[in-house]
Amino acid sequence: MEDNNPRSDSRRKFLKKLSTGSVLAATGLAFNPLSSCKDKSTKKTTLLTPDGKLVQVPNSEIEAMEHLYHGAPPEEARKGIPGKKFVMVVDLSKCKNARKCIQACDKHHNLTPDRPYIKVLEMKDNEGSSPYWLPKKCFQCDNPPCVKVCPVGATFKRSDGIVLIDNERCIGCRFCMAACPYSARVFNWGNPPEGKLNLPYSPETSLPSKQGTVAKCDFCPDMLRQDKLPHCVTSCPNGVIYFGNELEDAVTNGEETVRLSTLLRDKAGYRYMEELGTKPRVYYLPPVDRLFPFEKENSENSAS
Amino acid sequence: MKNYDTLLEKLAPRKFGKRGTVWIIFLIIIIILGLIAYIDQVINGQVVTNMRDYALWGIYISNFVFFVATSFVGSVTVAVLRLTNNTWRTPLVRIAEIITFASIVMAGLTIMIDMGRPDRLLNLFIHARLQSPITWDVIIIPTTIALSFLLLYFPLLPDLAILKKFYEKTKPKFSKWYGKLSLNWTGSKSQKSIQEKSIKIIAVLIIPVSIILQTIDAWLFSTTYRIGWDSTNMGAYFISGAFVAGLGALVTMVYIIRRVRGLDDYITDYHFDKLGKFLALACLTYLYFNINEYLIPIFTAPVEEDIHLSALVSGEWAPLFWFSQIVGLLLPLVILLFKKGRKPISMLFVGLMVVVGSWWKRYIIVIPTLLHPFLPIEGVPESWHHYFPSAHEWIITFATLAMALLIITLFVRYLPVIPIQRTADEKDMTLNKKNPES
Repeated sequence: MEDNNPRSDSRRKFLKKLSTGSVLAATGLAFNPLSSCKDKSTKKTTLLTPDGKLVQVPNSEIEAMEHLYHGAPPEEARKGIPGKKFVMVVDLSKCKNARKCIQACDKHHNLTPDRPYIKVLEMKDNEGSSPYWLPKKCFQCDNPPCVKVCPVGATFKRSDGIVLIDNERCIGCRFCMAACPYSARVFNWGNPPEGKLNLPYSPETSLPSKQGTVAKCDFCPDMLRQDKLPHCVTSCPNGVIYFGNELEDAVTNGEETVRLSTLLRDKAGYRYMEELGTKPRVYYLPPVDRLFPFEKENSENSAS
Repeated sequence: MKNYDTLLEKLAPRKFGKRGTVWIIFLIIIIILGLIAYIDQVINGQVVTNMRDYALWGIYISNFVFFVATSFVGSVTVAVLRLTNNTWRTPLVRIAEIITFASIVMAGLTIMIDMGRPDRLLNLFIHARLQSPITWDVIIIPTTIALSFLLLYFPLLPDLAILKKFYEKTKPKFSKWYGKLSLNWTGSKSQKSIQEKSIKIIAVLIIPVSIILQTIDAWLFSTTYRIGWDSTNMGAYFISGAFVAGLGALVTMVYIIRRVRGLDDYITDYHFDKLGKFLALACLTYLYFNINEYLIPIFTAPVEEDIHLSALVSGEWAPLFWFSQIVGLLLPLVILLFKKGRKPISMLFVGLMVVVGSWWKRYIIVIPTLLHPFLPIEGVPESWHHYFPSAHEWIITFATLAMALLIITLFVRYLPVIPIQRTADEKDMTLNKKNPES
C-alpha cells in the first residue's frame, strides 16, 4: 500500500471546500457526480466493472464519481467489504508511547484529546515484570458483547469482521459501553466539539458525530475501501501496528509485510483476555526484546 | 347502620387541608425545577450530568432500579397475602397497590431520562432486537404498569359505587365521576363473581410478572462482563432486595397516611406488628443474598474482583457501602426482632432507614463497578475517575421522587385508601360472630 499523503491532502482540501458550503454538498454528494470529466472526443476507455467484466465506454459518458470515498451510507455500511476479514497485530516490543496513532486518529475522526478512540495504556502484568505500553483500540470482537446487548441494532458486526455503530439509529442507552469489557467505546455527552460538519453521514468514518450517541474505533473502513491502511497504522513511527486481511494470511505495518500465522506463531501472539471468549480481531505480540526502554516522557510524546 | 356511616365518613376521601395544599405546591415546584433541568439536559446533552465514559451510568439508572424495586411491594406482598388468605392485609393493600403503580410508572419515566436520544424512543419498537435485555424491559414494564393498574382498579369498583352514593347530594360532580369510574357497579352476585375471579387471575399473574421484572432488571447488569455485575446471584439478589425496599416504602407510607388521615382505628398496632414481622423476613432473605454477593466471593476473588471488593468494604466506597448495609438492612433487622421495635413509631424509623438505605444500595450496585473496569483508566481527565451526581442529576432525581409522591398523594386524596366495602364486610362478620343479636 502506497503512501497516502497526497490523497489525504486532497481529501482535506475537499473537506474544506465542502464546509464552505458548496452547492454540491447541499445536494448530498455520496452518489452524485462530483466533477465531470466528459470528453467530446469519440475515444473509448476500457473499464473493469465491479463484477469483473471488461467493458468499453465512450469517454463522453464517463463521469467521475465520489462513490464511497467518505465511507458507505448507513445501509450499505452494514454489509462489509467482500472477501476480507480484517485483522490487526500490535507488537508491544516496539511501542514507546509516541502517541502518533492517537493524534492521527483524533484528527481523522475529529476527536478532542480528552476522549480519543485509541488509548495507550501503561500496563504491568505482575509485580516482578516490567511495565510496558499497550495501544488499545476497539478489538472488533468476533463474539462482540456490545452487539449482543444493543436493543435497536445500532451497533453491528460486518462480514469483514468490523464492528460499527450507526449513530442515526443509536438511542444513547450506553448498554454497549457497559457491556464492552475493554472500555473501547466513548459517548458524545454534549455537542460534538467540531461543530457541524457538512458531510453525508457514514458509519464507516463515524462522521459527523452526533450528540447523545456512542462512538468508537472503526478500523477506518473508508481507507480500507481505497485499499489503504488505517490512519493509526500509517502514522506510527515505529511500525508497531500490523494490519491486513486474515483470509490472505498477510499483515503489514506499511514497511514490511509478513505472514500473519507465522508472525503469531513465532512471536507468541495472544489476544487480550482470551478467557472472556469475545474472540478479538486484535492480536498482541508480547513486549520482549524491546526496541525502547520504558519511559513515561520521551522526545516524541513530549513534543506534542 | 350507624357504624357503617361513621366508617364511611372516616374512610371517604377528604379535601386537602392547609398542610395538604402546601405539600402539593411543594411537590409541584420540585417537579417544575426537574422539568427545567431535564429540558436543559435534552438541549445541551448529558454533558450536564457528571456521567462520563467510565461512569457511563449514574444516578438515573440507580433511581430506575430503586423504583423498580419499590414497585415489588404491591405486586408480590399484596398478591401473596391475598392468595395465602392473610386477612390482616385489608387496610394495607390499597396503599401498597398505589405505591406499586406510582413506582413502576416512574421507573418507566426514569429509564427514558437516562437515554441520550429520547427523540429516538420509537426505535425501540421499529428496530427492536429480542436478545437485548433492554427489549425485555420494554416488554415487561408496560405489562407491569397495566397489571398493577388493574390490581388497583378492580378491587376499587365497589368502593367507587359507594362513593357515588355518598356524594350524591353534597358533591354531584364528584358523584358523577365516581359513578362513571365504578362501571355501573351494583354489587349483584354475577358482578361480584366476575370481579372476584378477575382479581384472583390478576393476583396470580402479577407474581410471575413481578419476579420477571425484578430479574430482568438484574440481568441488565449480569449480562455484561463487569466485575460485581457478572454474577449468577443477581436475579435472586434483586428480588430479595426489592422485597425489602418495597416493604420499607409501604411501612413508611402506611405510617404517614394513617397519621395524616387519622386512621388509627383501622390501621392498628396489630397491623404494624404483622408488617414488621414480614419486613424482618424480607431483611433476613436479603441478608442471605448479600452474604452470597459480597462475603463469599472474597475467598476466591481474582485480582480485579479483589480490587472492587476492597474498594467497597474498606476503600473509597466503604462509607456508603456500610451505610447501606447497616442502616438499610442490619439495624432494621435487629430492631424488628423486638416486639417494641414493631410499634408504629419505631416502624416509621425502620421504614425510613430501609428506604434511604435501599436507595444508596442501588447506587452502590451501579456505580463502583463501572469505575473498576478490567483495563486501567488512563488518558482521560482526572474527574472521569470518580462520579458524584451533578446538580442537574440531583434536581431531576428529586423531581422523579416528587412525581411518585404526587401520584400517591392524588390517589390518597381521591380514592379511599382503605377498602370501604371489604372493611365493612369484615367488621360485620366479626360483629356477628361475637354478638349475634346486634
